[in-house]
Amino acid sequence: MAHAATHDEHHDEHHEHLNFFQRWVMSTNHKDIGTLYLVFSLLMFFIGGSFAMVIRAELFKPGLQLVQPYFFNEMTTMHALVMIFGAVMPAFVGLGNWMIPMMVGAPDMALPRMNNLSFWILPFAFALMLSTLFLPGGGPAGGWTMYPPLSIQSASTAYVVFAIHLMGISSIMGAINIIATILNMRAPGMDLLKMPVFVWSWLITAFLLIAVMPVLAGAVTMLLTDKYFNTHFFDAAGGGDPVLFQHVFWFFGHPEVYIMILPAFGIISEIIPTFARKPIFGYKAMVFAIASIAFLSFIVWAHHMFAVGLPLGAEIFFMYATMLIAVPTGVKVFNWVATMWGGSMTFETPMLFAIAFVILFTIGGFSGLMLALVPADFQYHDTYFVVAHFHYVLVTGAIFAIMAATYYWIPKWTGHMYSEFWGKVHFWNSVVWVNVLFFPQHFLGLAGMPRRIPDYNVAFANFNMISSIGGFLFGASQLIFLGVLIHCVWFSKKKATDRVWEGARGLEWTLSSPPPHHSFTIAPVIHDEELAHGHVED
Amino acid sequence: MGQQHDIYYVPSKSQWPIVAAVVMFLTVFGAAHWLNAEPGESGFGKTMLLIGFVGILCMFFGWFRSVIHESMAGSYNSQVDRSFRMGMMWFIFSEVMFFGAFFGALFYIRMFSVPWLGGYGHGVLTHQFLWSDYTASWGAGGGNGPAHVGGAFQTVVPWGLPLLNTLILLSSSVTVTIAHHALRAGHRGKVLAFLGFTVLLGASFLACQAHEYIEAYKELNLTLGSGVYGCTFFMLTGFHGLHVTLGTIMLSIIWLRVLAGHFNKEHHFGFEAVAWYWHFVDVVWLGLFMLVYIL
Repeated sequence: MAHAATHDEHHDEHHEHLNFFQRWVMSTNHKDIGTLYLVFSLLMFFIGGSFAMVIRAELFKPGLQLVQPYFFNEMTTMHALVMIFGAVMPAFVGLGNWMIPMMVGAPDMALPRMNNLSFWILPFAFALMLSTLFLPGGGPAGGWTMYPPLSIQSASTAYVVFAIHLMGISSIMGAINIIATILNMRAPGMDLLKMPVFVWSWLITAFLLIAVMPVLAGAVTMLLTDKYFNTHFFDAAGGGDPVLFQHVFWFFGHPEVYIMILPAFGIISEIIPTFARKPIFGYKAMVFAIASIAFLSFIVWAHHMFAVGLPLGAEIFFMYATMLIAVPTGVKVFNWVATMWGGSMTFETPMLFAIAFVILFTIGGFSGLMLALVPADFQYHDTYFVVAHFHYVLVTGAIFAIMAATYYWIPKWTGHMYSEFWGKVHFWNSVVWVNVLFFPQHFLGLAGMPRRIPDYNVAFANFNMISSIGGFLFGASQLIFLGVLIHCVWFSKKKATDRVWEGARGLEWTLSSPPPHHSFTIAPVIHDEELAHGHVED
Repeated sequence: MGQQHDIYYVPSKSQWPIVAAVVMFLTVFGAAHWLNAEPGESGFGKTMLLIGFVGILCMFFGWFRSVIHESMAGSYNSQVDRSFRMGMMWFIFSEVMFFGAFFGALFYIRMFSVPWLGGYGHGVLTHQFLWSDYTASWGAGGGNGPAHVGGAFQTVVPWGLPLLNTLILLSSSVTVTIAHHALRAGHRGKVLAFLGFTVLLGASFLACQAHEYIEAYKELNLTLGSGVYGCTFFMLTGFHGLHVTLGTIMLSIIWLRVLAGHFNKEHHFGFEAVAWYWHFVDVVWLGLFMLVYIL
């Protein structure tokens, strides 16, 4: 095998000779970089989670309890920024880094050094952003959407804007790398329509990233110049309009929402067939549904702005376009259920998370449909109903999918099985408490409790207390997750087989557990029956 | 295409990514600190920005140097070449979207926010209660908004320097294409001549634009602070000018590389990537000339 590799790679095969710094900081290896992404994401998950704990503690009882209102606003803002850009997106990039080359039969990512740069920008970007919490005058407190004029009233604007520029550069390079890997590095015979759905979902997500991260960069650049360089993009006195920022921001923001869910769809589409021991139902429909959702994501942005005073024609257009998304999403949910139908199912931890995803994400989807209705949204806008909606799609959607993926692939990554018992303890705690946490927030929102306010009417006291208890216990449950991971990586005695799961199909399972340093140093010969979707009929 | 799927190329470890991350951080941290400095005291922000910026230049030099060395040593196969091409194509696409954000803002300002401030449309109250004497218009008449921020100004006449700049950039696209054809035909002298000509055209474009900016500030009172007209004008043309600057630097480096004999008839992706970038910059200018200067 080594004779086929170039001399550069030959050096790397002796990677045990690399010291710690060389291996992790100067890496060109997709697995090491993927691990860095995942560890970073876990760290950010706990940092963002601790901000959420502050929020829930403050809201435990009505009245100002623990923190000052400005700090509370910093917490809501930072919680969102850290979770979106620090936890969810890097986790998906980490999973893509680990799995895409193995799934398409490649030795590594197409552009390995740029891959390393994409990762190493992130710790610096978040150091920059989190440092604003210690600035005199405080960090950003106007919400993660950074609407002007509120967002440009503190000294933190420049820091946050530059941090977002860095994150954008990182995301764009990561996305370019993923597209080049998928389009250029597939083994012969790995046709586009034989690729795992996870790879498809990442191809489309990467396109979305390249299309919208520059738009976010443009939007925050206008904020920067409005604050520091005397421009008037968002100032009506100079002919601008604060609503303009909302348009540009949400042109980024809505595709961003799908950037955080499409890879989750891909993950669930890998896990359910494995544990139902049936190929995915409607493979092509799944791929086209992802593509349709991605297309629609570009023409629905103003549904975030129904209450801002849009012309009637715009409200109607964006309402109908938004509701249209339910169609491809429904196709996906239907196909996941149909995949399970008649399958010989087992319920290991990844499958439990995947099933919880299908049910709970669908709840989040339905509340999304309610929000899409313009007249109803006038009531729901900026209430806890919105908070409940997007936490159902992001926590029980994106985060549950990331956890499912971790349990599903960690035996492959480490070569050791995790503790199934503790995995299930983690799952049941998570799924119970996450509902205790977020379900009451629907009622709070419908009753009129506004979001991003540290105090509230005593009428909301009971549901808030229930929600906070759910929040603390959901937070604590994640310490079990941390324990399971630590145990699996360093202490587990139980070796994983190459295939790991009886029903698993796809190239990644033909490699050893843990896989070799460079996944495929020679192109694998593809046998269609070994692929997850190799037998697709036209 | 002769795909060699049995021979993959994976580059060796490199210090440049972490160096790049550090210098980018220093640059933006310095810049943010400087922007927030009290008047009169610049703090360490300015110094850090400078160190970071010089660091970025050194990083680019070092990273590209190692890539050029590897490329000259023949390490890169056709698959790597395709990855590079895809990388450059999608990078240019991301740049298109970046300019899209500013063109979109211009569209919104001209089609919606300025007319609404002038009372157009249904239920728009700002006109009634805040600025009832504002008549919506673009350019010198009302482009700086109902408060006439920045004072009265005049617009740049498109049929002078901007038209000349259009002709300069369009010809530079032609000359870079001639240079490319010459490169493929193996005529190095012709490549050097026409590529050098392209660099000169890029530089003259920048000189014209600098002159135009000075004139706008000094004589027309058209500044970045001239309401939405001023900020869309300077941000769009400014970011474009920045890209022309980058493109000119890249073309100059390619010129040096041609001189050093780095390219042959078949392998000259570095040249092509810069040529693509140059055409992109050209196309953006055509949009600017139409939407910012003429209309």
